[in-house]
Amino acid sequence: MTLHDTTALTHGAAGRRWPTPRWLRAMAYWGYQYKRTWKGSLTTSFLFPVLYLTAIGKVLGWLIHHPVAGQPYLDFLAPGLLAATVMQVGAADAMYPVMGAIKWLRTYFAMLATPLDVTDVLVGHLAWIATRLTIVTTIFLGLMAALGTVHSAMAVLALPAAVVTGMAFAAPIAGFAATAQNDTPFTTIYRFGLIPLFLFSGTFFPIAVLPGWLHPVAEVTPLYHGVALCRGLVLGHLGAWQGLAHAAYLVVLMTLGVRLAMTTYRRRLVT
Amino acid sequence: MTVSGPPLPHSSAAVITAPLVRARGLVKRFGSFVAVDGVDFDISPGEAYGFLGPNGAGKTSTMRMISCMSPVSEGTLEVLGMDPARQGAQIRSRIGLVPQEDTLDLELTVLDNLLVYGRYFDLPKKVIRERAEQLLEFTQLSDRAHDKVDPLSGGMKRRLTIARSLVSEPELLILDEPTTGLDPQARHLLWDRLYRLKQQGVTQIITTHYMDEAEQLCDRLAVMDRGRFAAEGSPRELIGRYSTREVLELRFASGYAEDVAARLDGLVERAELLPDRLLLYTDDGEGTLNHVHDLGFTPDSALVRRSTLEDVFLRLTGRSLVD
Repeated sequence: MTLHDTTALTHGAAGRRWPTPRWLRAMAYWGYQYKRTWKGSLTTSFLFPVLYLTAIGKVLGWLIHHPVAGQPYLDFLAPGLLAATVMQVGAADAMYPVMGAIKWLRTYFAMLATPLDVTDVLVGHLAWIATRLTIVTTIFLGLMAALGTVHSAMAVLALPAAVVTGMAFAAPIAGFAATAQNDTPFTTIYRFGLIPLFLFSGTFFPIAVLPGWLHPVAEVTPLYHGVALCRGLVLGHLGAWQGLAHAAYLVVLMTLGVRLAMTTYRRRLVT
Repeated sequence: MTVSGPPLPHSSAAVITAPLVRARGLVKRFGSFVAVDGVDFDISPGEAYGFLGPNGAGKTSTMRMISCMSPVSEGTLEVLGMDPARQGAQIRSRIGLVPQEDTLDLELTVLDNLLVYGRYFDLPKKVIRERAEQLLEFTQLSDRAHDKVDPLSGGMKRRLTIARSLVSEPELLILDEPTTGLDPQARHLLWDRLYRLKQQGVTQIITTHYMDEAEQLCDRLAVMDRGRFAAEGSPRELIGRYSTREVLELRFASGYAEDVAARLDGLVERAELLPDRLLLYTDDGEGTLNHVHDLGFTPDSALVRRSTLEDVFLRLTGRSLVD
């Protein structure tokens, strides 16, 4: 058996399977990575939501006797927390891994020495993040169902809604991460972006309780739309047009993010 | 020897005569900086071709253009008869790249690194596994197959990078500074593996700033300096053309060497005064040393050696290769 004997298996005309799309090959790398890190990632994608839902939802909900926006507090909180969680997972996966693939492990450059090009590298990575978000959301929705906080069959649509919410953060942040020279700006994104959004986008309380002048501010933030969409679907009180408007906002943000990332990736990786 | 067989199983006579890489007036610019300033070269199948030059000479930029990772600024470049601008993916599927800085995944195992990389080329897992086994044996890493990459030595990582670049059975292997930073033992092992690959007919393009590496590995090389070719030819030709048969290296107490250099006019073909030593280019080193003694000079040390590419480089550029 020599190395070159195997050529027939890959280049032979007979029995050649269809080529795997190139972005899918890039995505496969992140799958290998995940085999190593999935246990740790369960902490963020499973343990934290459990703790939040029980500590804040159950315990605080027990203290809050009157319904919030017409719901028991836990039921109100859970879908909001889902949106906030996918925001965090999407953002985190688009920060350090992207920087690492450029500066630390240089994985992107390894890929670019093979048939993969910049588009494949970006699409493959984003597709992987979407996969991760799907896993996280599925676990979360299962947990919510187990706690009896799902009140509508439309909750099934909360799965794609949550994934799009996460991607609306992941795509532009990946685009930004590809321009970063070090990881300091990531701390800034957390401090001045993600944490305020986490607290003031209607996750923990309806924005109606905020002072009036803050309403429009809250309403233009992406997480607000993710929260409203997920909550509306899970609780079953979402109007069709309302739902479409929230979804459209998130899809537009995601699309702009992908376009930004295409530009910044190309600028950084093809010199 | 497990890695064997013809590297170009489908090649015909017509393919062999055409150059694998052909560059005419090749230019690479970064903003206003010109990294590669109009170079021409042809690399034939089966050849080991080297780019020799100091850091910043434009070697890596040239390599990156050949490996279709960096767009050509000006001029024409053909790789495997294709245009890198339009057929980059097709070209890259047939070349193997060993970049200057390793791009291994330190947290994956040795074997997983090969599996992941093979997947980029869309090779079936079974095929990658078979090849990986042979390649790890070839690069003497079999017993580390299931270890993480991070703790491996620099030499082992380099060998793994080479193994990885061979997973796709490339027709053209591009090695950017393959042994920089390795200890002598690790370098020799690597050279041996590259030599074996060359014997199997794998075309190699190598950049290096080590003249011994260039002499060992390359059939033909381009001496690069400031983005241009200072000379091109086989190591032997270059030495014959630009240097003498022998070199007499003399060391003197400080400051004294300049006097000696001044007094040696006509005695030797050429003299180079370096900060730490005086080089006298001559066809008869021992005879020249006797002359030096006859003139009443007593160097601290004297060494007669063969001319090397280092001397060629010094002659062509007036500078040392490794600074």
